[in-house]
Amino acid sequence: MSRAAHRAPGGLAGRLSDLFWRRPGLFLLLLLALPLTWLGLVYIGSLLALLLQSFFSIDEFSGLINYDFTLKTYAELLRPANFDIILRTVLMAAAVTVAAAIVAFPIAYYAARYARGRMKALFYLAVMLPLWSSYLVKVYAWKLILAKEGILNWAVEGIGASAVLNAVLAIPVIGGNSLSVSYIGTFLVFLYVWLPFMILPLQASLERVPANLLEASDDLGAGSGQTFRHVILPLAMPGLIAGSIFTFSLTLGDYIIPQIVGSSRRFIGQAVYQHQGTAGNIPLAAAFAVVPILIMGLYLWAAKRKGAFDAL
Amino acid sequence: MTLAVEFDHVSRHFGAVRAVDDVSLAVEEGCFFAMLGPSGSGKTTCLRLISGFERPTAGHVRIFGQNSETIPPNRRPVNTVFQDYALFPHLSVRENVAYGPKMAGVDRRRREAAAEEMLALVKLEGYGDRKPAALSGGQRQRVALARALVNRPRVLLLDEPLGALDLKLREAMQEELKTLQQSLGITFVFVTHDQGEALSMADRVAVFNHGRIVQHGTPQEVYERPRTRFVADFVGSANVLSPELSARAGGPGRWASLRAESIRLVAPPSGRLSGTVRTVRYLGAGHRVSVSIGGDDLVVILPAATAPPPATGTEVGLDWAAEALHEMEPDA
Repeated sequence: MSRAAHRAPGGLAGRLSDLFWRRPGLFLLLLLALPLTWLGLVYIGSLLALLLQSFFSIDEFSGLINYDFTLKTYAELLRPANFDIILRTVLMAAAVTVAAAIVAFPIAYYAARYARGRMKALFYLAVMLPLWSSYLVKVYAWKLILAKEGILNWAVEGIGASAVLNAVLAIPVIGGNSLSVSYIGTFLVFLYVWLPFMILPLQASLERVPANLLEASDDLGAGSGQTFRHVILPLAMPGLIAGSIFTFSLTLGDYIIPQIVGSSRRFIGQAVYQHQGTAGNIPLAAAFAVVPILIMGLYLWAAKRKGAFDAL
Repeated sequence: MTLAVEFDHVSRHFGAVRAVDDVSLAVEEGCFFAMLGPSGSGKTTCLRLISGFERPTAGHVRIFGQNSETIPPNRRPVNTVFQDYALFPHLSVRENVAYGPKMAGVDRRRREAAAEEMLALVKLEGYGDRKPAALSGGQRQRVALARALVNRPRVLLLDEPLGALDLKLREAMQEELKTLQQSLGITFVFVTHDQGEALSMADRVAVFNHGRIVQHGTPQEVYERPRTRFVADFVGSANVLSPELSARAGGPGRWASLRAESIRLVAPPSGRLSGTVRTVRYLGAGHRVSVSIGGDDLVVILPAATAPPPATGTEVGLDWAAEALHEMEPDA
């Protein structure tokens, strides 16, 4: 009797594994079926429904939705009151993104280049720890910190720097009665809450910059500033863009933070919330919600044109 | 003669590890200098001490007579061809080569012209617009070379630059590097663990082991008169004879080296030693015969032109010219 050359398939799992080996496409389909259904139907589907809503309008007398296709709702966005909301939100998102990039870069650079072993673990812990506690708790904590009777004011008084704080608060528009009711306060809370979303992608992209490229730049006569501008920054750009997508779009869409900390002037998120809720103006809420998507699309398009993803 | 690079009792310790341990060496201007040694022998650290990526724990590194301990890499008159080339992936080949001049503030038109000239020198005309990822290993190597040379360094440092290339390409590049060095007249300091490369290209060879220089001299000196067993073994795998075996063969009764290609096979009773053929391997250009003598094995290289090699198990006699047996110092 001759010995079989191949081993027999082992049970159902073995047969399945054999099948996947013969039909790799089937395996891929099975792997992607669930996420694709989710992404395709639930996510893209609802986005399209949203887009559709924004082309309807509301009858000003009856308050009923008129289902005829119109650009009237979008035109409404350009009314000064609405356009101010958009402008305010975009400026805030831009400021938060730039500040987050500046604050995150040294931290991410340290973690990617210098931290090893325990320090690296500590870095991840320190960056992720704030994400473990509730977002609302953090925002309310910040309200207390920034309040006129809060710890920040107390500390500033303690070191005798009240004049500086008052000068900052006296700046028109962004200042206010206290930090907790000013744009500066809103900005600080946004910056704090979204910072991890900038640090992590930035650190991941800096980690992939080989150390010998920095040495090569040094060797070719570049000073540290030149190495940063011509080697580190371009190679970290995909991470910086990824991080800025997070900070920018999260700020664009948030409606809790400006409601709790800041002047009572509205942001896009609050406008969406109010129009779809109390005002019952779904089309305008949808049109408002399309704005961040449009801005992000434009931003990515511009980034790609500037070659931000060339290093990918 | 001007000294391009001089090590004056240089050490570089990493904690308890003595990567470079009290090394003194002198590289003359215009010389092709090879640092040869196994991995971890300190040769790359020595190169990094010249480029400035490492600073000596003790001693002085002088470049053209000037102490360089306080000079950062970007202000040294040296450039490096890195082991894995370290080309900037986001820049085109031309931008890579023009990087040094750009940092030095040369305007765009002049630096791009210089880059094109260098690309022509390394036979890569027309490749300027490509990204490094679109090049083969050999082409990347040339770009790295052009990128270093465009800065007109007074010393070019090469860190195992041919290690990633296949044999054929490596041999071609060896020729080209040697020709380039002679035509440019720049001092080359070359790090390699390939003894063939060091011997065929260098004017001077320093053999490293355990952070120290075991021997330095011309390739002929190092190859023909290895100073210690390590050098004999590492540079060209010579036979190393123990004092006993050396004495039996009529030698000095000290450790000695014997080149495999200087041994002739003779009929058993004659010859200085006799033994049994253990293995025969075909090398193309000849045969490698391993002969067992008591507990020791001696390797004999027979050129292809000679008579067919002996069969495994035959008794053979070994003979050589008296001066082929070279007496060595004991290893430190």
